[in-house]
Amino acid sequence: MDIYERLNKVFRKVFDDKSIVVNASTTANDIEDWDSLEHINLIAAVEREFKVKFNMKQVSGMKNVGEMVEIIQKNGKRV
Amino acid sequence: MIGFPFDSIDLIENRKRLRRQLLADGSSRIKKKIAILGGSTTNDIKNMLELFLLDNGIEPSFYQSEYNRFWQDGVFSNKELDEFHPDLIFIHTTNKNIESYNFNLKLSAEESEQNIENEFSRYKMMWEAVSERFSCPIIQNNFDQPTSRILGNKDFSDIHGFVYFINRLNMMFAEYAGKAKNFYIHDINWLSAQFGLDRWADPLHWHMYKYALSMEAIPVFAYSLSNIIKSLYGKNKKALALDLDNTLWGGVVGDDGVNGIEIGQETPTSQAYLAFQSYLSKLKDIGITLTVVSKNDEENAVAGLNHPDGVLKPDDFTIIKANWEPKHLNIEEICSELNILTDSVVFLDDNPAEREIVKGMLPTTAVPSFDGVENYIRILDRAGYFEVTALSDDDLKRNEMYKANFERANMQKKFENYKDYLLSLDMKAVIEGFVPIYYERITQLTNKSNQFNLTTKRYTAAEIEAAANDNNKITLYGKLVDKFGDNGVVSVVIAEANPQEKNVFDIKLWLMSCRVLKRDMELAMLDELVLQAKKKGINKLKGYYYKTAKNNMVSNLYGDFGFKRISLLENGDSVWELDISDYKNKNHVIDVN
Repeated sequence: MDIYERLNKVFRKVFDDKSIVVNASTTANDIEDWDSLEHINLIAAVEREFKVKFNMKQVSGMKNVGEMVEIIQKNGKRV
Repeated sequence: MIGFPFDSIDLIENRKRLRRQLLADGSSRIKKKIAILGGSTTNDIKNMLELFLLDNGIEPSFYQSEYNRFWQDGVFSNKELDEFHPDLIFIHTTNKNIESYNFNLKLSAEESEQNIENEFSRYKMMWEAVSERFSCPIIQNNFDQPTSRILGNKDFSDIHGFVYFINRLNMMFAEYAGKAKNFYIHDINWLSAQFGLDRWADPLHWHMYKYALSMEAIPVFAYSLSNIIKSLYGKNKKALALDLDNTLWGGVVGDDGVNGIEIGQETPTSQAYLAFQSYLSKLKDIGITLTVVSKNDEENAVAGLNHPDGVLKPDDFTIIKANWEPKHLNIEEICSELNILTDSVVFLDDNPAEREIVKGMLPTTAVPSFDGVENYIRILDRAGYFEVTALSDDDLKRNEMYKANFERANMQKKFENYKDYLLSLDMKAVIEGFVPIYYERITQLTNKSNQFNLTTKRYTAAEIEAAANDNNKITLYGKLVDKFGDNGVVSVVIAEANPQEKNVFDIKLWLMSCRVLKRDMELAMLDELVLQAKKKGINKLKGYYYKTAKNNMVSNLYGDFGFKRISLLENGDSVWELDISDYKNKNHVIDVN
């Protein structure tokens, strides 16, 4: 499955909203419930879906979904 | 719906959907206001706690203190917290919140001890302030172990070590909790050890979000906390329904014979079953009712239980159902014989097919996955079905009381006339205003009686005490003894002056334990209520029935008493009244006071 499809699945679960579609430029401003508290849950869910563990620098650096994907891809190569 | 065990990250991912579904499932829940005073971010703890409480028949609403304002909120409160009127206060602190410890090798033993005392006093001061202001239960975490130790193993024994400091402080918490009322320790020192300290606290979550726990640990933490809360509000399980073959012993007694089943010291397998039987025997000691639900001929079942190397004997079980009927029918029968609901039962069976049927037919009965005898104790222990918050004498005596109930039922068969039977019981009751030694039991009854309960109004210990001392109220508790034993306090009534009508009293609470159904105890209570009312110059009593999913059995209680119904609402609620000026006593079988 494409990485964005997998991310859609995770986002839809965490925000309980079947209509969510994310792309590289999606940010927290685009999704209503995506606040700093839900962000923590989202990270935990994404980590589990892609079997990765983000470090602090990565978590604090992510500006949008595209950057998240880059990190997943980079980490994924090591797995 | 969530059940146990659960997958932490699954719950975090699906929380919003689960919450939506739980709230829409149509079950009735008691509402409780919970204030969380946190020393770190508490948002996800609140979210997960909500899920587990909803799953256990409690619908919470929350107050959360501002980040790390637990102490200020506790000691001084604030307008928002005051107006929230919490039913329960949870203080979420961890080793991150310890202030009086500093690593300084120059400290003398006295100075180090003084620091521990100072830390303890800080908490004690807060608990006392909270308890005085809100008189509600307080749940306080003890302290988890630190994730690093400057002195290594010596951190445990050296007065300068943080591990030493934490262990001493935890002991002081334990001593305080042992004496204090309405105060409960959430033992995260144990929980974090069980979970694994490295998984418990994640430095990333602390530095980035000020979460003292890792995401993965939060559901585990919240579940453990929810166990204390459900226990406090009478939502614990009460009975175990146990399969026999490959659950209480290895092998099939009907095929292998008594000598062929594995229980005792002979083999690793038989030892594992023996350990499980001793664990169950301890559950019985804390007041849990053991019953058997087995597809077996009764003769074989009893023979298996009489195996000389087993710990549990037939007498340890209040009811043994060994037959070939479907298990859910047997469980339902057990529940009706014990006068409990199917949601109070945990069903243990090694056979997944049996578990599925029971799960499907009795959705409110707890049916944990139960595979591998070596895991049985751990599964049952972690689930927290029987979380102990207070060991009341009644809990300890419950099994005896159930047994006495059966003797009574057997006797009943010998009498033609029900009144003769009741008279033969030599019943004696004490019915009088609330007295302090029973406040705790009375409070407990108001929080856990659902079936014989006209208004299902819940009271705190403080409210019970206040009612007892209020001249505008009549409070009555009823205690019933018969030739088989002491049933303890079984009925509670509270009435108060009607705010509009003169010389009229409203019956705000009327409940009775189902273990004394059909004994005319309710008539004895009514006689006494009328007597007390007349002493106050009252000439009319008003009764209220508020319908719930569980109290249908008393929908016409006031009608049976001879009250006139003056209103009936569409939702099933009704109001009744009784002119007591020419009331004649109705109880003729119980000797009162």
